[in-house]
Amino acid sequence: MKILVPVKRVVDYNVKIRVKPDQTGVDLANVKMSMNPFCEIAVEEAVRLQEAGTATEIIVVSVGPTQAQETIRTALAMGADRGILVKTDDDLEPLGIAKVLKAVVEAESPDLVILGKQAIDGDNNQTGQMLSALLGWSQGTFASELGIDGDKVNVTREIDGGLQSVKLSMPAIITTDLRLNEPRYASLPNIMKAKKKPIDEKQLAEYGVDAAPRLEIVKVAEPAEREAGVKVETVGELVDKLKNEAGVL
Amino acid sequence: MLNPFENDERRAFQDSVRKFMETEINPYVDEWDEAGGYPHEVNEKVCALGVFGFDIPEEYGGLGFDDMHMRKAVGLEMGRSSAGGVMASVGARSIMLKPLTELANDEIKARALPDLLSGKKGGALGITEPGGGSDVANIKTVAHKDSDEWVLNGQKMFITGGMQASYFVIAARTGKDGMGGISLFFVDADTPGFTRTPIERKMGWWASDTATLYFDDCRVSADNLMGEENKGFYAIMNNFNYERFLMAAQMTGMSMRLFDECVAYAQDRETFGDKLISHQVIRHKLADMSARIDAMDAYLNQVAEIVNRGENALAEISKLKFYCSTNLEENASAAMQIMGGAGYLRGNAVERIYREVKVQAIGGGSEEIMRDLSVRLMGI
Repeated sequence: MKILVPVKRVVDYNVKIRVKPDQTGVDLANVKMSMNPFCEIAVEEAVRLQEAGTATEIIVVSVGPTQAQETIRTALAMGADRGILVKTDDDLEPLGIAKVLKAVVEAESPDLVILGKQAIDGDNNQTGQMLSALLGWSQGTFASELGIDGDKVNVTREIDGGLQSVKLSMPAIITTDLRLNEPRYASLPNIMKAKKKPIDEKQLAEYGVDAAPRLEIVKVAEPAEREAGVKVETVGELVDKLKNEAGVL
Repeated sequence: MLNPFENDERRAFQDSVRKFMETEINPYVDEWDEAGGYPHEVNEKVCALGVFGFDIPEEYGGLGFDDMHMRKAVGLEMGRSSAGGVMASVGARSIMLKPLTELANDEIKARALPDLLSGKKGGALGITEPGGGSDVANIKTVAHKDSDEWVLNGQKMFITGGMQASYFVIAARTGKDGMGGISLFFVDADTPGFTRTPIERKMGWWASDTATLYFDDCRVSADNLMGEENKGFYAIMNNFNYERFLMAAQMTGMSMRLFDECVAYAQDRETFGDKLISHQVIRHKLADMSARIDAMDAYLNQVAEIVNRGENALAEISKLKFYCSTNLEENASAAMQIMGGAGYLRGNAVERIYREVKVQAIGGGSEEIMRDLSVRLMGI
């Protein structure tokens, strides 16, 4: 079984995000970047399937700038077999990414695509679902458990109010939730081995997809700072504030 | 500060170790320190990163290569974690791996190295004695040959990792007085005649297991003699260099953590109607700390590169160690002043590091010995 794992290079989860002064986006100058945590979970799950003897090959793909190669290398150090970097300096929207991934899927014919439910930068939570629609494949999103059963895959989904179990026919798309696994740390021997694993470099144009943005970013701003609360003396005062200050009554 | 020797693997490795420390160690440091110990599986988790396998063949579970820049990365991130006690215990194996790899016979290596490198079992090095640690040439523990066995008698003191260790490398006198009469022995913890007691109530490194070791007619096989008889002193001295380099890197990482902690605090704390960070006295302290950290970091890089190129850096390593410990002391003091009362409370990284300055300034070669050794090595 072949698994494709798309990964994204994002601002490290520990970094305090700063908005650019002209409000056109997030300041990325000299900011530490690393693999999106949900993507790490996807890589880990694929590696576990390989260690269990279920998967035979893990291919990691990233769409982004040259530096996204580091992110692919991290996945290779965790245990993936080879990488594909689709180079572009444009900031693609989920639909654009899904179209590129569809082309990669058609070229590689994986049985499973495991990807993060969302990236911690845009928080879009769309790519997996769009890829599923474009390919016409089954999807098991927000997976907290995954089990292969012949040509089927059992997925436990985290949904509002509980867990839902679904059985999908492969090929299928899985998107990972936080509780699916705890990703391993790349060990030094594996980092050195990853150096020798191949990364195929492609240009976005080679895929001939229309990845032009559909959305226009009007403004990126910091969320409003939380203000300290106030204590009210009476219920009457509370009602008055809700009515006249908060305007919620 | 930009590291001119950084490359993809070194960065990836340091990132991995740092992330591990932030996730698996940092959240529990206070708890483990207060408890005076940590769960055994931490040994295995740290070892799984491959941080101790430098210069050890892959057949024994080692890396099969060496790189001082990567060794530096390990020290930096261990230091930055502020888990000095945990890292001292886990890392105790690292200072006995080199003599074990280079001097022990194949049977011992095949038995002990994989266990030590995977973290399943602990190891410790026994040099220091109740009578003194710096004066290695005058150790009192003796070993005498009795047919095909060596019989050890004596005591070892302040042995880091000594309570958990299953395997020991022990220095004992086999010949004449002075440096020319010392040999190294491999000792299993379950050897009859070997006992140990914990040393508790230390100033710092609370989570570490420090031990006094006793050898009372402790008999080991003739095969447990490591290397040549009476040539142990040189092996000990050679081995110290890696320990000292690692400690220097740890002290630099500790300083980086101190800096980050007090910047974060000063940005938050308000005094005299303004943020603490906007006061000039505080800003100047931060500038001094930062300059000292850059110097320590650059010194480490330089020494790492010299050793990587196969050159002799013995004097440099001695100077590096006391340079880092004197700077760490100043950094810890400045950080504590910036933190004020908040820093003086138990259970924060600045307080913990402050208590661990002296173990770095004394252990692995005291500042006084380091200064003396460095000028001697320079031929002065």
